[in-house]
Amino acid sequence: MSAAIELVDVRKAFGPTPIIRGVSLAIEAGTRQALIGPNGAGKSTLFNLITGKYPVSGGRIRVKGEDVTGNRPHEINRRGLSRSFQVTNIFPWLSVFENVRCGLLWSSGYRYCFWRRVDAAREIRERTERVLEQLNLTGRRQVPAGVLSYAEQRALEIGITIAGGADVILLDEPTSGMSRSETEQVVQLIRQVTVGKTLLMVEHDMSVVFDLADRIAVLVYGQVIAHDTPDRIRANAAVQEAYLGVPQSGGGPAPALR
Amino acid sequence: MSLPAAARPLDVTAAGRARWLRGSAVWLLAAALLIVLPVAVRTPAAIPVMNQMGIAIIFALSYNMLLGQGGMLSFGHAVYFGLGGFIAAHALNLAGRGALWIPVPLLPVVGGLGGLIFAILFGSFSTRRAGTVFAMISLGIGEMMAASSLIFDKFFGGEEGITANRTKAPLLLGLSFSTDRQVYYLIAFWLLVSAILMYAFSRTPVGRMANAVRDNPERAEFVGYSAPWVRFIAFCVAGFFAGVSGGLFAINYEILTAANMGLAASGAVLLMTYIGGIGYFVGPVLGAVIFTFLQSMLSDYTGVWLLYLGLLFLATVLFVPMGLAGVLMMHAPAWRARRLGRLVVPYALVAIGAILAAVGVIGLLEMIHFLVTAPAAATTERLFWTVVAVRTPLPWLAFAALLAAGALALRWAGPRTAAALAEANRPA
Repeated sequence: MSAAIELVDVRKAFGPTPIIRGVSLAIEAGTRQALIGPNGAGKSTLFNLITGKYPVSGGRIRVKGEDVTGNRPHEINRRGLSRSFQVTNIFPWLSVFENVRCGLLWSSGYRYCFWRRVDAAREIRERTERVLEQLNLTGRRQVPAGVLSYAEQRALEIGITIAGGADVILLDEPTSGMSRSETEQVVQLIRQVTVGKTLLMVEHDMSVVFDLADRIAVLVYGQVIAHDTPDRIRANAAVQEAYLGVPQSGGGPAPALR
Repeated sequence: MSLPAAARPLDVTAAGRARWLRGSAVWLLAAALLIVLPVAVRTPAAIPVMNQMGIAIIFALSYNMLLGQGGMLSFGHAVYFGLGGFIAAHALNLAGRGALWIPVPLLPVVGGLGGLIFAILFGSFSTRRAGTVFAMISLGIGEMMAASSLIFDKFFGGEEGITANRTKAPLLLGLSFSTDRQVYYLIAFWLLVSAILMYAFSRTPVGRMANAVRDNPERAEFVGYSAPWVRFIAFCVAGFFAGVSGGLFAINYEILTAANMGLAASGAVLLMTYIGGIGYFVGPVLGAVIFTFLQSMLSDYTGVWLLYLGLLFLATVLFVPMGLAGVLMMHAPAWRARRLGRLVVPYALVAIGAILAAVGVIGLLEMIHFLVTAPAAATTERLFWTVVAVRTPLPWLAFAALLAAGALALRWAGPRTAAALAEANRPA
């Protein structure tokens, strides 16, 4: 089984409203892929289905070949799939150091241990410090995460996601709301922390998408209309139509996809 | 991301060892204080109050495992205190009849196990949700136990409660616990052990994750932890230590009634924990000491002492939600920068305002209380070391004026004091 994530005819409806209308998608292990699509296409919903936040209305989801349909988020996370959130989702009263440490306690085998002092665990401390260095947050380690700047919180968001060593990483709009230079740093960080791993990211910044992704899936109105290499996606007429709302008479990439 | 790359490799082992030494020093100091206290305080009436404080501290610390550390607002924590106490009292009676070999010093463990068993039972469903749902369920369980105490009167002893006699139990190391002072040292021992264990719990992986679940249960799920499980474990540990303090209560007072596990008892532990400060481990300790002190002192002087505790709670929630410990910790930067001296004048102004307002409020409340409760012929009462003619307008005007002046002074001094504190805390 070479697919890190495999969706088979996944469906989701909220009440009578279908949001995801039969998505089948295989994300090969070891690739960096992006999920794009216009607002309201269902990208975040699809993330929430894959990670177990919402139950599916139909279809199957497999992570690394194992069926995880109906599993709870923590169970899916324990299989080595970790995600970040579009709206920053950290532990605001805990220190930056503790935020990252929370991300790696379970995978380090500590689980529900209540008889050992966590501060005494040297390997935990060192792994946490290494992640903080990657995030460039070593100097802010004792600060409560809630008082970090927006860009720092976004970096921490990624840090918590990757700290546990998951090999399937889902990032939900990691660069949203960032300046050009901040975006460049985040792209660098993502590249660095996903070496040898599987990455699936929702992203609106097309320069980031085309910079990072090996393959791109395009989600429109709850369906994947294309899943291909960046070059072919750029040239795909259906994608351009979806993004611009009008059929393209041909020639040249759509402005939104430049 | 535009941070200086502060690659400051911390010597973690040395720092860790220094922290450990500092931590042990704190506990040694606490132990020394507990040993010396009954010798240093000569008033004979102080020992029972200190016993009460010790029991309240364990109870409040266990409550803060829920509220401060786990983000669970419980209105029924006294259930585990009371059930632990009842089970310990019954065990004590069985031991007195020779049916069970349990010496008094080990009874708190029996109480703890009783609290733990019921925490497992009730926690198994109440910790599935946090927030309002958890709070409502805790209230329901509290009410259910209050009703049960009337139904199962063999176990709870009905209106009179369950009495026990600690001197009839088998002796351990020849300790008989015939005096308050002996009981004091028993309570002090279990207080220290419980506090160390509860602190240690807060430093374990589950203890840290309890904080994380409090902050953001959703995110905790996405790093591999089931938020309900984490809450459940913290809830059980809190139930155990509530039971320990209930067991000590049974030993100390030799009687338990249904009121000990009622809503008022649950409310009291919430009040003391909050007044002390839920954000710090030491907060509930301060809160329990102050609450118990006020309770035992004020009740000698006035019939409306509960009202004053309520006002204290209100003032805490409104003006210093971080509690007393939080207020003290706010001064840490100024303390380190040796700038506390600059705060003397602003704080003195606040204190004057607070005292004026307090005198005004107390005067008015006491006069109202007098009008409601005193015989119709009585016209004067002693207030603040003077005789006050309650049925004339002058004292009412005077106390109202004091309250108004105090409130105005606080309004004026409050922001200035806050600014002075911020200035003193500013990094150099």
